[in-house]
Amino acid sequence: MKIETRTVGDVHILDVSGKITLGEGTMAVRNTVRDVLKNGGKKIVLNLADVNYIDSSGIGELVSSYTTVTNQGGKLKLLNLTKKIQELLAITKLLTVFSVYDNEQQAISSF
Amino acid sequence: MVTTDNTIEVSIGSALEYLDLVQLVTDCITRFMGFDEDCSHWIGMSVRESVTNAIQHGNKLDQSKKVDIRFEVSPEQLDVYVTDQGNGFHIEDLPSPLDPENLLKPSGRGIFYIRSFMDSVEFRKLSRGGMEVHMVKRVSSN
Repeated sequence: MKIETRTVGDVHILDVSGKITLGEGTMAVRNTVRDVLKNGGKKIVLNLADVNYIDSSGIGELVSSYTTVTNQGGKLKLLNLTKKIQELLAITKLLTVFSVYDNEQQAISSF
Repeated sequence: MVTTDNTIEVSIGSALEYLDLVQLVTDCITRFMGFDEDCSHWIGMSVRESVTNAIQHGNKLDQSKKVDIRFEVSPEQLDVYVTDQGNGFHIEDLPSPLDPENLLKPSGRGIFYIRSFMDSVEFRKLSRGGMEVHMVKRVSSN
C-alpha cells in the first residue's frame, strides 16, 4: 500500500492506494496521520479512491485516526469511498460518524 | 495444502504473513464455484477475518500453534471451517460494535462482518481444545 500526501491550502490530502489491512497497511495510515498532526496539520482528508481492499482492522484504523485527529482539535474527512468501503462503514453505523465526500473540492471547502 | 474429494485443507503457522495466502486460496475456490465478484470478495474477507482472529486472539501469535482451514465444496454451498489451538471464547460475551459506546472503538468488528456476509456462522469450543468457526455460503445466495 502507498500513501501520498499533498496540501491544498491548509488541507492535507492523503491519497491512499492498495490494501489497508492489519499490519503494514494500518500502521502506514496511523503513522501518516500522526505525522500530519505533528507538523501542525488540523484538516485532513483521506482519499480512499484507490484502496482496493480493506479489512476490519483497516476500518478500525479509520476510526482510530478519526478519534486521534478529533481529540487533537482537528478534523478528518473521507473522500471517494469505494462501494465496498461504503458498505462496511454503513453496516457498522460508521457513516453516521464520518463526513464523507465524493468530490475533492467539496471536501476541501467543507472545513 | 491437502486436497481430497471436494475438500481442500490448508494448515498455517500463527503468523499474519499467511493471511494473503489463505485469501488467495479462498478467492480461487469461490471463483471456481461460480460466486460473483462481490460475493467472492465478502467470502474472502470473512475467511480472512476468521483466520486473523484465530492467529491473533486464539493462538496469540504463538508460532508453535497451527490454524487449520478446511473448505468443503458442494454444488449447493461452500463450508469453511477455521480451527485454532487457543483457549476459545464465548461468542455471547462479545460486545456489539453497533452499541453507541462501542461505535468508536478501533476493534471488535471482525465477527460482525463475518456474520453479515456469510449465510450462517457457528462457533464451537472443541473438546480437544481450540475453537472452531464454521461458516457457510450458499451458492443460491450468490
